[in-house]
Amino acid sequence: MSSKYELVVGLEIHAELSTNSKIYCSCRNKFGLEANSNCCPICTGMPGTLPTLNQKVVEYAVKMGLATNCKINKISKQDRKNYFYPDLPKAYQISQADIPICENGYLDVLLKDGKIKRIGIERIHIEEDAGKLLKMQNFDEALVDFNRCGVPLIEIVSKPDMRSLEEVKAYLETVKSYLIYLNISDAKMQEGSMRCDVNVSVRPVGQKELGTRCEMKNVNTFSGAVKAIEYEYRRQIEALEEGESICQETRKWDEKLSQTVSMRTKENSKDYRYFPEPDLKNISISQEEIEKISSQIPQMPNHKAIRYINELGLRQVEAQLIAENFEKARLFEKTLEINKNINIKMLSNWILGTVSEYVNKSHKNYSEIITPENLSKIIIYIQSGKISNSSGKKVFDQITLDNSRSVDEIILDLGLEQISNTDELEAVVKKVLDSNKKIVDEYKKGKTNVLGYLVGQCIKETKGKGNPSIIRDIVTGTI
Amino acid sequence: MNLYQMPASALSKMIKSKEISALELSESVFSRIKSVEPKIQAYITLCEKTAIETAKSVDQKISRGENLSPLAGIPIGIKDNICTKGTLTTCGSKMLYNFVPPFDATVVDRLKNADAVITGKLNMDEFAMGSSTETSYFKTTKNPYNLNFVPGGSSGGSAAAVASGEAILSLGSDTGGSIRQPASYCGVVGLKPTYGAISRYGLVAFASSLDQIGPIAKCVDDAALLYLSIYGHDELDSTSARISPFSWEIENQDISMLKGLKIGIPREYFSDQIDKEVKDATLNVLKILEENGSQTFEISLPNTKYALSAYHIISSAEASSNLARFDGVRYGYRAKNYKTLTQMYENTRAEGFGNEVKTRIMLGTYVLSSGYYDAYYRRAKLLQNKISSEFSEAFKKCDVILTPTVPTTAFEIGCEIDDPVKMRSNDMNTASSNIAGVPAISLPCGLSKDGLPMGFQLICRHFEEEKLLKIAKCCENLIGEIKLPNI
Repeated sequence: MSSKYELVVGLEIHAELSTNSKIYCSCRNKFGLEANSNCCPICTGMPGTLPTLNQKVVEYAVKMGLATNCKINKISKQDRKNYFYPDLPKAYQISQADIPICENGYLDVLLKDGKIKRIGIERIHIEEDAGKLLKMQNFDEALVDFNRCGVPLIEIVSKPDMRSLEEVKAYLETVKSYLIYLNISDAKMQEGSMRCDVNVSVRPVGQKELGTRCEMKNVNTFSGAVKAIEYEYRRQIEALEEGESICQETRKWDEKLSQTVSMRTKENSKDYRYFPEPDLKNISISQEEIEKISSQIPQMPNHKAIRYINELGLRQVEAQLIAENFEKARLFEKTLEINKNINIKMLSNWILGTVSEYVNKSHKNYSEIITPENLSKIIIYIQSGKISNSSGKKVFDQITLDNSRSVDEIILDLGLEQISNTDELEAVVKKVLDSNKKIVDEYKKGKTNVLGYLVGQCIKETKGKGNPSIIRDIVTGTI
Repeated sequence: MNLYQMPASALSKMIKSKEISALELSESVFSRIKSVEPKIQAYITLCEKTAIETAKSVDQKISRGENLSPLAGIPIGIKDNICTKGTLTTCGSKMLYNFVPPFDATVVDRLKNADAVITGKLNMDEFAMGSSTETSYFKTTKNPYNLNFVPGGSSGGSAAAVASGEAILSLGSDTGGSIRQPASYCGVVGLKPTYGAISRYGLVAFASSLDQIGPIAKCVDDAALLYLSIYGHDELDSTSARISPFSWEIENQDISMLKGLKIGIPREYFSDQIDKEVKDATLNVLKILEENGSQTFEISLPNTKYALSAYHIISSAEASSNLARFDGVRYGYRAKNYKTLTQMYENTRAEGFGNEVKTRIMLGTYVLSSGYYDAYYRRAKLLQNKISSEFSEAFKKCDVILTPTVPTTAFEIGCEIDDPVKMRSNDMNTASSNIAGVPAISLPCGLSKDGLPMGFQLICRHFEEEKLLKIAKCCENLIGEIKLPNI
């Protein structure tokens, strides 16, 4: 990054909503079906057809709006955005122009150094997706797949508040985590269910006015977004350094060339001739509906992470990893609730280690695997020395096979309870030390690393049930 | 009297009482079509085979004693901008010369469920833009009262078919007068219902916020019959309203509604642009109504003079967007010669649309362009609000508004097609009710000295179809029928 110029970025994120049906017809909203097998006269814009709005789409948009602290417009409008393209069968997209469902919100993103950056949200509006043009060698051979026509989208428009690539990355990740948390989108950039247009400008450090911006379309991956911004940042600085001015234009990110190429300049900018969609009534949302939706919104992952760091003393990485998944965070919080004396660090390790590994392997959900009650019991038993850490894992494994079994039952069945009885263990230690006189001598001479061997022998003598830390204490005390 | 000359309301009773069969009726209509269609040219597509099949199935249902709807077995023609599953729907355009919809419009669906017999698809001005059917890509329909004259438009085929006995009833669509003006020119009854009263699903849109489907019929009873079979909410049309039904029982000689009825006469609708003969015929209707106890008085709707401008801006703006989908990609006409995508679009649209349509698309594109939107579209929408509230104000004083439907009688084929301003003045008295969304009906009130029909218009408040039709029925009872055309 140049020290002379400041980067200014704003993002327009399009997220496909995961409603059951499309936005204006009853076709299924499903990705990956055979081309043109999931469309109807309405979503392919046959003459005479009319749209009817899927109310779920409004609900989902309001959810995102409330989660990002937006003002919800009780009355909003739908408008037509007119342009010709073969993947747009009506030759207009139904979108929202001047009165979106949500506006003027913000999002707090957590940066690596632990600082919180607030990114403004200009607006969130609903619109329909277009189809896909399957490009062949030449125009005559181009084919169109209309399955995606009418898939509901929200467009989340940020304010130009990002100043570094790290902030862009953190913002993208946070938006993605919101979409997933609210269960309103798959937010998979690779499948195109989350896409973004990037607005980039630069200005000399200290200058108040924003520089001329360029909009980049076709950014399909997180890394693509970052690379495109990096490229554009350098390009604009170079131009300024050479005394050129930046012209306001739309550029396209070419993933293969790893560069942006000009699509059209402001003079040639498209006139979309927006006007109110006459086939649809205004969208109205009552205060009761807003309150109902609001009551369904959980604490968002970034706020959870901040709370875990500030109130529970977790490290940022752990806090973010636990918070990123709703079920994971829920398991963490519920387990914590059951016994306040639980070792938080140990709980965090368990959830991020053993439990997450199993989730990744099994593709099951956190909530299906283990109850907070059982997880709490396992950790408390390890803490108290009733069972060893490795026995705890054995108990966990058994529970994943049959979660109707109780922790105590499994411990009993497998005989996992540790021997923590000092008298019993002292006898074992005595026996082991007596038969290892040579090694005890070595220890006494200062070769302390043999301690592990001695403790190990004691544990072996107890058939693995001896509590290692108590044995260790007895061994060192005895010698 | 031949069956094809009789009203649907009478025919319906005859079919049910087995006095006639549905098949006989359909055969009567199709034989009439065979004899006069070469002169009238009302149809783009005829559906004789399926019509006869439907008629036969109605007869079978009757013989089984099934309870049928009043429209069962009644031959009805459909304007060619209303989608019919499996049957060509061209909108009178080269652009859709081969378009066969995969679905039925809601109104067609309702007619089929009522066992109505669909005779075919009726000629119209291209995409409903015009007042004479002369902008149709396929043919110009002739006025049954004088074959050298236009039937009016855009629903010219629908009006001419009913007037000539080529259909017992028909459906038209009205964006600025397209049902009422041809009804007036052809001496039949045409109802433009309240915006939202009838589903637009399956009506190929011209101007979505103004378009309404409505019935064209020989008499008010028939118009009511058809209206009551197709009106009401449709979940496929968000702009369709939930309205309560009404029953249609009014005696032929009943004129009791006219006693004390307050009739507003808006002076702006009786300007110098109205033919003296048409004006006199309308004033004569007023005189008859006064004699029968109605109270008539002058009112003013001062913004009427802007209604036509607002209509042209709003309708063209919406049309420019609605007709953008005709791009040659998926259905309909595609140019033969092109190298690039842009050329394909340009050539397809240049070759597929006629001049009237292109003019309106250009006008509509212009008024929506950035920098002009506020000056035109926004102002037209404000004007629309003003005109609507003027109507609301007027209806505080009167029950119904009465005007001439069209300034003139039908004009000669070819004489206005190159004079767009004159052509558009046809909508002078009708466009305002589309702008305000209120229901309006045109009824015949005699023949001119040239033997051409003249019509007058009644306008009521939103969703007052029952009242409007019942007042119309009373008027009809007093005025009587006009002479049938001699084709």
